[in-house]
Amino acid sequence: MAAPLTLLLVVAVTIRAALYRSSLAEVIAERVEVVSPITAWKRVIEGLALLDLGVSPYSGDVFHETPLVIYLFHFLVDYAEITFMLADVISAIALYLAVKEYNKQVVRKKQKFALEADRYPQDCLELIRSPKEMLYIPLKVAMFYLLNPFTILSCVAKSTCGLNNAPQIITPHCFKISFAVFLCLATYQSIYPLTLCAPAMLYLMQRQYIPVNYRRASFWWFVVQYLFMYLGSLFVLICLSFFLLGSWDYLPSVYGFILSVPDLTPNIGLFWYFFAEMFEHFRLFFLCVFQINVFFYTVPLSIKLKDHPVFLMFMQLAVISIFKSYPTVGDIALYMALLPVWSHLHRFLRNIFLVSCVLLACSVLFPVLWHLWIYAGSANSNFYYAITLLFNVAQILLVSDYFYAFLRREHHLIHGLYLKKKDGSEATLVLK
Amino acid sequence: MHSYFWLLIGRWEATEVDEAALGDSAADKLGVRASDTFVLTPTPQPKDDFQEELVIRPLHSGDIYASFQFRTLWETDFMRENKVSHYRLFPKSLGQVISKFSVRELHISFTQGYWRTMQWGQPFLPSPPGAELWVWFQDSVTDVDAAWKELTNVLSGIFCASLNFIDSTNTVQPSASFKPLGIVNETDHRFLRYATLPREIVCTENLTPWKKLLPCGSKAGLAVLLKSEKLFHSSFFSQTVHIRPVCQDRECKTTSWELRQTLNVVFDLHTSGQGKREWSLFKMFSRTLTEACPLASSSKIYIDVTDNPQEEYFELSPATPLLSQAVVLGDRRTFSVYDLTQQVTFGTVRSLNLLIRWKSTEGDMLRPLLHAERYVAGYGLQTGEIHTVMYNNHPFRSFPVLLLDSVPWYLRLYIHTLTVTSKGKDNTPSYIHYQPSKDRMRPHLLEMLVQLPPHSVTEVTVQFERALLKWTEYTPDPNHGFYVGSSVISALVPSSVAMDTNITQEQPLFSSFFPCKEESSYFVRVYTEPLLVNLPTPDFSMPYNVICLTCTVVAVGYGSLYNLLTRSFQIEEPNPRLAKKIANFIRRIRGVPLLS
Repeated sequence: MAAPLTLLLVVAVTIRAALYRSSLAEVIAERVEVVSPITAWKRVIEGLALLDLGVSPYSGDVFHETPLVIYLFHFLVDYAEITFMLADVISAIALYLAVKEYNKQVVRKKQKFALEADRYPQDCLELIRSPKEMLYIPLKVAMFYLLNPFTILSCVAKSTCGLNNAPQIITPHCFKISFAVFLCLATYQSIYPLTLCAPAMLYLMQRQYIPVNYRRASFWWFVVQYLFMYLGSLFVLICLSFFLLGSWDYLPSVYGFILSVPDLTPNIGLFWYFFAEMFEHFRLFFLCVFQINVFFYTVPLSIKLKDHPVFLMFMQLAVISIFKSYPTVGDIALYMALLPVWSHLHRFLRNIFLVSCVLLACSVLFPVLWHLWIYAGSANSNFYYAITLLFNVAQILLVSDYFYAFLRREHHLIHGLYLKKKDGSEATLVLK
Repeated sequence: MHSYFWLLIGRWEATEVDEAALGDSAADKLGVRASDTFVLTPTPQPKDDFQEELVIRPLHSGDIYASFQFRTLWETDFMRENKVSHYRLFPKSLGQVISKFSVRELHISFTQGYWRTMQWGQPFLPSPPGAELWVWFQDSVTDVDAAWKELTNVLSGIFCASLNFIDSTNTVQPSASFKPLGIVNETDHRFLRYATLPREIVCTENLTPWKKLLPCGSKAGLAVLLKSEKLFHSSFFSQTVHIRPVCQDRECKTTSWELRQTLNVVFDLHTSGQGKREWSLFKMFSRTLTEACPLASSSKIYIDVTDNPQEEYFELSPATPLLSQAVVLGDRRTFSVYDLTQQVTFGTVRSLNLLIRWKSTEGDMLRPLLHAERYVAGYGLQTGEIHTVMYNNHPFRSFPVLLLDSVPWYLRLYIHTLTVTSKGKDNTPSYIHYQPSKDRMRPHLLEMLVQLPPHSVTEVTVQFERALLKWTEYTPDPNHGFYVGSSVISALVPSSVAMDTNITQEQPLFSSFFPCKEESSYFVRVYTEPLLVNLPTPDFSMPYNVICLTCTVVAVGYGSLYNLLTRSFQIEEPNPRLAKKIANFIRRIRGVPLLS
């Protein structure tokens, strides 16, 4: 499988390199859908320029990346294009390996269940994928990530979103200690991956055959160990940043900025127009409501999906990219890359056609309505806002559809595919 | 003759005896009260002096520039323990402000219209469109920001202006551009605050309180000419107040406070001259002069006749034998002088109505050596670029200029896009002071020292991004745009004639404002045009709709996840029909087997 993957990487790098050389790169770098106030490359350059002038980059309100990023590019600013391409390539390889690993696990589990006879109802066999069917899934995932126009745009715009994605992807692949380190790196970059803590922990427990049982000491011992490593490395990173800049200025400027949403530059998310139009005395209340949205699905989802940490991670990534304060298309590309892993759910998806059409149409309409509002002056902000609303509804429907399909498949695996009513006629399955 | 003695000592310059005597008689006229105070208190009576002056410069465009200067000098100490309570010429309202807020220097200007340097030359005292306020506080002030806040509110009341809109979002602390103009002992810019309100509209309600600060009000002297219906029917109007401590003598042993009020106005040939190239005091101000302010020690009118030695361009009537020369803005100018303290000036009709009648429309103005303009480039509401263009018209000398830009936070400047080019080449500034903005807290401050090569155009560009604001942060007419204050260019321009560095020597007021340290150059401040920038706007009519729609989307997300999380799959059992239900209910009562 190394040859097709190499070919894929070469193609992906060529596309990116060609776009970097074209005049499109500048246009893409200005697109509000692709870069947010946090991830814009222009702002990273500005931060470096401020450092050169002897001004703290956090004394102004232009630069909001973390100190590690600014120090990374302090050395790599001339090789920025290579860095971003490399980040994408590493992410793709990590995805490839992680999915391969996951597939192995799925097959192992299937064999285990097959050994214990009658674990699966007879008519469910068509729901279970053969290893042959799963052979190309890792490659498809890498392809979905590397050749997704969203990822390409994000990379060509040099949005630091690509760098933020890398540690999130590497996370499920590695072992316990590096697991915690990469996850905390992702958290350090943009708070929200904090919610990935739960799937990561469940995944590790599954690999080490530690049952998720609240009465068992081994479970709690593992949680404590894991949290210790996670918080410890987070602490180290935060202190390291402090020593790099010699001040705590970056805390309000990075995390305060993410949480309090002072910059209302339009993006594809739900925050900007809502808070531009918000009544001042309700602002704090709604800010809390919107931010909690990202975090509070973690607990119920972890309980529901405690045996399926990878699907849980997919759900969390999607929830983050929908409800985060400054989303970009790069965040969407990340969870969309995982869609081929769930290709076996397609028979249960209810409105995938509609949703894909809406997502495609919105992606085209974003630049069109932006142009009408900002440049032509023939539309107003409501047009662009309407498209962001529709785009987010489509994303929500997509995610909930996959969630539904996943739950339904699990149900069928236990109760059989062709369910009968009491009177023997064919039954329909409903949620109650 | 006590008061005569004190007046003589207290004079700023050495003056002629007869002039002083006139001042003395004026003081006597004022009443007995002043000398009473002198007798009662052992401390010497405050020594103060008032001078007034009007400079008229006919411009080549046919417009006319009139500049009023009023100066009150008072040898007192506002900062001493027991408060100054006896005021004579100095306005009490400003004196109290100085002592309450420990102000070292205060400069305030209100301007309507933009000074066109290329048509009109340099003004005697430049000011940007709108309101400008800059204050140096004493180094004893601990909380400068609080003092500044309170001071702007007080001044807003004194001048009936919207200075109360000055807050942290439009206040900066320039590091080099605004040095104290009076006695300097500390130049730590922590004690300096500078703010402009480019949107401020100046009108009669600002002029009236300004006139009230004059010792004679608008009752006598040059101030009778200040009729608002004429002054505001002009191309340019500017009124300023400058307060600073100055040296009393060459050794600077004693200091006194100088209050300088100036009013500059440019009358437009076409709006008020009815097309005829002819000006008179009456035509300009709808008044003539009949007397000097009795409290003034000197009261003069200067007419700039430098370009008109043989009266070939315009003729002046009544003619005056008095000519005076002064070095102003690097040029030796000749003025016809009318001394209003002399009865001869008013002639037999006892009224002075100066008349300037043009003879030819020829003539070429000397191009100002330093000139600047500014504009916004780019289209759309996302990004833009500010261009500041500075012209050095000196044929062979290069000189450095300090450029100060204060840009509001909602235009996010990208300092890495800053370019300075002259003659097609990069011109790296030798000094850059940049303070990035904080959203809703403070503006950008960009100061740099640029060397302008001789006979060149230097262009400074910097890109910015337009922010989307909260709907409550927009001005009532958001699509009109947002004003960005003028950039300030301060420079020491090479002078063609030797400048006067002797500050204690008698000089006309208009040429003695900026202190001159060396003979070879003179200080000039040039203000560029303010910018008007459009920002993207949200729809102001639908906050409720937006709140409802966005919340609906969030609820859709919550609802669908909640649904899937809490419910489980079950086989749908079709509901029995209503008739069957009722039948079964009756059957149950009857005790008959139910229908299936």
